[in-house]
Amino acid sequence: MADLRSTLAGIRSPNPFWLASAPPTDKLTNVVRAFKAGWGGVVWKTLGEDPPVVNVSSRYGAHLDNERRLIGLNNIELISDRPLEVNLQEIVQVKRDWPDRALVVSLMARIEEEAWAGLIRKVEATGADGIELNLGCPHGMCERGMGSATGQVPELVEQVTRWAKAATRMPVIVKLTPNITNILWSAEAAKRGGADAVSLINTVNSIVAVDLDAMAPTPVVDGKGSHGGYCGPAVKPIALNMVAEIARNPETRGLPISGIGGVTTWRDAAEFLALGATNVQVCTAAMTFGFKIVEDMIDGLSNWMDEKGYEGLDQLSGRAVRNVVNWNDLNMNFSTKAVIDPALCIDCGRCHIVCEDTSHQAIRIDPGAGREGHRLFTVIDAECVGCNLCSHVCPVPDCITMRPEENGLPYVTWPEDARNPLRASPSPVPAAAE
Amino acid sequence: MTLTADTPPTADRPASPYADLTPPLTAVQALAEANRCLFCYDAACVRACPTGIDIPAFIRSIATGNLKGAARTILSENIMGGTCGRVCPTETLCEQACVRNTAEERPVAIGRLQRHATDRLLATAAAHPFARADSTGKRVAVVGAGPAGLSCAHRLAMMGHAVTVFEAKPKAGGLNEYGLAPYKMADDFAQREVAFILGIGGITVEHGRRLGADLSLEELCAGHDAVFLGVGLGGNNRLNIPGEERAGVEDATAFIERVRQATPEAPPAVGRRVVVIGGGNTAVDAAIQAKRLGAEEVTLAYRRGRAQMGATAWEQELAQTNGVTLRTFAAPVAIGDEGVTFERTRLEEGRLVGTGETLTIAADQVLKAVGQMLARKSLAGLEIAGGKIAVDAEYRTALAGVFAGGDCVATGEDLTVQSVQDGKLAALAIHRHLSA
Repeated sequence: MADLRSTLAGIRSPNPFWLASAPPTDKLTNVVRAFKAGWGGVVWKTLGEDPPVVNVSSRYGAHLDNERRLIGLNNIELISDRPLEVNLQEIVQVKRDWPDRALVVSLMARIEEEAWAGLIRKVEATGADGIELNLGCPHGMCERGMGSATGQVPELVEQVTRWAKAATRMPVIVKLTPNITNILWSAEAAKRGGADAVSLINTVNSIVAVDLDAMAPTPVVDGKGSHGGYCGPAVKPIALNMVAEIARNPETRGLPISGIGGVTTWRDAAEFLALGATNVQVCTAAMTFGFKIVEDMIDGLSNWMDEKGYEGLDQLSGRAVRNVVNWNDLNMNFSTKAVIDPALCIDCGRCHIVCEDTSHQAIRIDPGAGREGHRLFTVIDAECVGCNLCSHVCPVPDCITMRPEENGLPYVTWPEDARNPLRASPSPVPAAAE
Repeated sequence: MTLTADTPPTADRPASPYADLTPPLTAVQALAEANRCLFCYDAACVRACPTGIDIPAFIRSIATGNLKGAARTILSENIMGGTCGRVCPTETLCEQACVRNTAEERPVAIGRLQRHATDRLLATAAAHPFARADSTGKRVAVVGAGPAGLSCAHRLAMMGHAVTVFEAKPKAGGLNEYGLAPYKMADDFAQREVAFILGIGGITVEHGRRLGADLSLEELCAGHDAVFLGVGLGGNNRLNIPGEERAGVEDATAFIERVRQATPEAPPAVGRRVVVIGGGNTAVDAAIQAKRLGAEEVTLAYRRGRAQMGATAWEQELAQTNGVTLRTFAAPVAIGDEGVTFERTRLEEGRLVGTGETLTIAADQVLKAVGQMLARKSLAGLEIAGGKIAVDAEYRTALAGVFAGGDCVATGEDLTVQSVQDGKLAALAIHRHLSA
């Protein structure tokens, strides 16, 4: 059995699955239910100074696919709208009752040192394991100069991190907003400020849908809507990239990362870990299915790690980072071709039409030549550029596979490639590549 | 799920013998089913549809919430898409071709989705979805207001011709109204569909007009620029065995017509033990409907095996799950007080031979469903081949200006969907003829 115990910036948890700071971690009732279900830790929903904020009615908008599966969720909810003292008392109790689980408290305050320090001291008194600085909310709070309004300015990220570090001995996790041009600027700022870890991504600024009857963005609040924070499976690719950028950046390499963004299955979690995350935080999946989903996350990750021979998370974390490179470091001589297995083909023709209409006209049809008189689809190798599109649209797993060609050519990057008119220095090019 | 007559009634689906055996899809079911469609390129289902409906396109429209567009896609090729969604043997047509069979052994429920889309349009459309072209001044006579005749009339009207439909019976719809069991064609759908089709305008229906009675081909030709015959198969084959004239022995088509024309509150009485003779869809219709009307024992007897039956495997199973006993390799030899006596048969190199052994199945009602035939009397001057009116590829009969389609010609199987296609193609041929 793989060891799933995880330690992020000194904060231990029995497994790497935490609930992110969000509605599911708003109060004791929910958090206790989560721990009973098996979650390894929670980041308590963001606390601010009293008086608590007031939320509006109607808070979530959804991006559903055709089958009403939720692939993205956005929200316009603010930070905790309960009195600070109530939250703190509950945190004390939960930590006392669940000492083996990670309990981190998310915080947000005005850009004043005393505002942050005051909150942090109160949290430290609860026995919580650490704090997470919410520098990312892209709705509501940013209009008050907090949330993403802080996180979008690297100097402020550094400053707030520094104040937090000065105020406590607890580990400080800085939660980063993806609503920036370059995630490295804020990640580096957090590191300069002394962050023990970063967590990312916070929600993506969004209008998730338009109610075409009300002619207003959803969620609709009395005929009007606002931009909100987008999360869920649809944002995972954005999050993976940002995590990888931080993991492979020399300035931030080694900075512990808590991966957030659309984690729905153990496989998603494994991907975040492979790209350098130490653990993951989950929100939308829990808000879609309830807390029970953590069972398969734990079980699936453990089984997969056993299969692959990973004994602990340390062996897995960052495993794919060295293979994340710039485009300019890719091998220009690599070539792969699609191969269609006629025995698995169900004759839908989608590979053909997408290639024909939108790509390279590289899939030929022979009517009646396939299995049981069906059409036979064959890749024309000379036209196929190995783009993968056909394999992605094929409804049958493994029917279309990509087969690398053995061309015997060396690894040549674009800067070295003879076809590059801006090639810096000539390098030997084998005749076959000409 | 296969719903059977024994499926417990619910508030939405009372146990009436006149209710749908296969209920309409709910919106949720339709969405789930529509999303199973892979939107195939040059899809096999389209090639398998006699009317060539763009099935992936209409299903995609259902999936995106564009039900109106879905219905229009269907109706543009098949104006009786509503009936065909209910009664087509989809298991041997579009759904047999569905690529979902290969991977999952369960096709997309194309027929039920088609019904979902067309039912909604018929229930909600404020106006007919197709507009008529400018009047051509041409007049076309259509004989028979069945699927072929109405399909032809609709397409002709769309192209600007003025159409008069002559129909012997008091209601239009042909077999949709008189010949399909109510478990397939519940409530007044056939009449609502007729009203919808006529809604395009330019079509007059004259009822009580029968070819050979108060109507002749010569008159029709003289008074119109073209004539279309969609007269169907008016006669029933006989068993030619002793006892065929006894009380309680009836053509299955006549039985179904009586059931259809009765009200659900006062359905016709059925026997306690019913024997249906035949192996086609009409036999299955009659057998299931008799069972639903309260017959204790219903036996469907066929002289060959199940593989040779005209009814599809799906229909055979439907009969069985609805309590009908299938008795194969039994050829009727006599009907008497004891019931129907059969000789056991077997196939020898494809040839049917009697074994000399007999069995008698008790019956107080016998329904004959051994095929229908062209009523030729009124068709003098036309060439008949193989028991059908001979037509060329342009649906032209031997008489100039007279066209024919539907069950009375041999273009394909005797199915509603084929008749609709015949009517549509014949209308296009007539249009070319009139425009020449």
